Amino acid sequence: MTSTVKNVLVVALHAMVPLALYFTYPWISEYHQNNLGRILILAIYASGYNLLLGYTGLLSLGHALYLAAGLYGAGLATTVLGFGTLGAFLIGVLSATLLASLVGALALRTTGVAFMIVTLMFSQAGYLTILYFNRITRGDEGFVVPRGDSIGGLPADIGNADTRFIIALILFAVCTALALLLVQSNVGRVWRALADNEERVELLGYSPTHYKFLAFVLSGLMAGVAGAAYALMFAYVGASFATIQYSIFALLWVLVGGAGVVLGPLLGTGIMFYLVDYISELTSAWLMFVGIALIILVMVAPRGVLGTLRHKLDWHWLP
Amino acid sequence: MDFGPYLLLASLEGAVMAAVLALTALGLSLVFGVMRVVNVAHGEFFMLGAVSAWWASSMATNIASASPALAFLAALVLAPLITGAVAFATDRFVLRRLDYQPEATIVATIGLLYIIQQSVLMSFGPDARPVAAPFNWRVDLYWFGYSGYKLCVIVIALSVLLLAWLALTRTRAGLIMRATQLDPDMAQAFGIPVDKVYAGVFTLGAMLAALSAVLIVPTQQAHYLMGLDPLLMSFIVVIVGGLGSLRGTLVAALLIGMSDGIISVFFSPTLAKILATLLVALVLVFRPQGLFGVKPR
Repeated sequence: MTSTVKNVLVVALHAMVPLALYFTYPWISEYHQNNLGRILILAIYASGYNLLLGYTGLLSLGHALYLAAGLYGAGLATTVLGFGTLGAFLIGVLSATLLASLVGALALRTTGVAFMIVTLMFSQAGYLTILYFNRITRGDEGFVVPRGDSIGGLPADIGNADTRFIIALILFAVCTALALLLVQSNVGRVWRALADNEERVELLGYSPTHYKFLAFVLSGLMAGVAGAAYALMFAYVGASFATIQYSIFALLWVLVGGAGVVLGPLLGTGIMFYLVDYISELTSAWLMFVGIALIILVMVAPRGVLGTLRHKLDWHWLP
Repeated sequence: MDFGPYLLLASLEGAVMAAVLALTALGLSLVFGVMRVVNVAHGEFFMLGAVSAWWASSMATNIASASPALAFLAALVLAPLITGAVAFATDRFVLRRLDYQPEATIVATIGLLYIIQQSVLMSFGPDARPVAAPFNWRVDLYWFGYSGYKLCVIVIALSVLLLAWLALTRTRAGLIMRATQLDPDMAQAFGIPVDKVYAGVFTLGAMLAALSAVLIVPTQQAHYLMGLDPLLMSFIVVIVGGLGSLRGTLVAALLIGMSDGIISVFFSPTLAKILATLLVALVLVFRPQGLFGVKPR
């Protein structure tokens, strides 16, 4: 198989996933339709995290900060500054990207475990800042974001669940295409090389810091896309999204689906969303299950579902 | 109250905070220093210590109708033992099987964090519960009376820190630990049972967290979510002090505990935590290896 044919097949495979979801949507119950919209948005957040953990090998414990920046950027732009849907969305994405650039520039001065702790600290500082300014942010309680009826002049009833699903699907498809493009490009190759052997990459004349910074900012940007979309589509912004728990969710979802596989985050988010949904009906201590899942994953299946498949079946072509 | 006495009160609060923080962070720092394991569940060991202290002291009061002092003594002995047992099991069944790889152990200890926290939620419940102080003396400081127990906490914490320092620098066990820290393979070649050292250090680290929890719990309350704060503060301390440096840990605990106490009294605890985190950022800009850390090769 020539590499062009291979590339076309890989792109076709990834394009089939949103298409399949689009055609499945009318056949599932309203409850699952609603869940699917949320899963797609949260999967964008996990996809961004995957660029950092799965490809570049950087384990951040503070990605909830950029999700929250997207949520609050878009939410406050709507309620306080009176922006329309598109403007608020862009402000959300921009705030997350700027914040990720700032924190990335500082945190990437450290390596290894210090990096993990430092990202955690910054995200906790962000969470505390949200609580500190509770007159504007309403702290833990959060606030409601009114849904718009147009996006950039085009009429779009965001109050309608079907419209929300289409928006979520388009955003997810665009972000997946971006992720696929990135990891198949030269940048993606340098990222994977960095995860393998940073010193050798430096020896070959690439600047590890530049490439790591790029991965960090892009993953913050995608977290911002997810956050801003979540605030505008599901009409709620609250401090719980900024807690360490949400940073850990990103890690969990990526690990379950398969770190370093483009479709891994969607699968992982979907699996965990439904498992948590099921367990939380049985017990209020459902987070215990998250803990058990993390330990089982790391001890038994560190590659996750798609990563294990790729390894066992020799699917080297799966990006 | 005038500014002077107010500052004295704030400094005393800061000193209590610093002493207990130093003890908690010492546990985290030892585990990181010797084993290269970042224990994200360290705060949950602290919480487990506080909850076990409540359990032990209320058992002693209800069943043996012990005096507050005796009940507290029971907590002081039992809580670190219970926590140590949980930590020992964790090392044996999880961390050792992961070969102590840094990233795998971080994910595993995050899992452990939720397992301990939610088990306590299921057994102990969501309510905060008080533990009685062993005595209720008030020390008259001219402008105000101060809790004699809190002063006692400072003294006990400092004594334990001194003991730990002596044990690390002057005893054979300390020598073995330092040898394992420097080069585990070489230590193994010289007949040091590295696995046992790791199990011991992990257990000891958890027991130190539990001990500081028992000391501080009479001034707070035991609650299943109380572990996050000590974890984050200990992280700040070991980062600012330099990962793996004992001296750095102590100096940073003093600096951060004192400023946290003082800012909490004058402004707000939330602001104190935000400032402490920004201090981490500043330290990293100018000294990525921490105040007393050694630059990685």
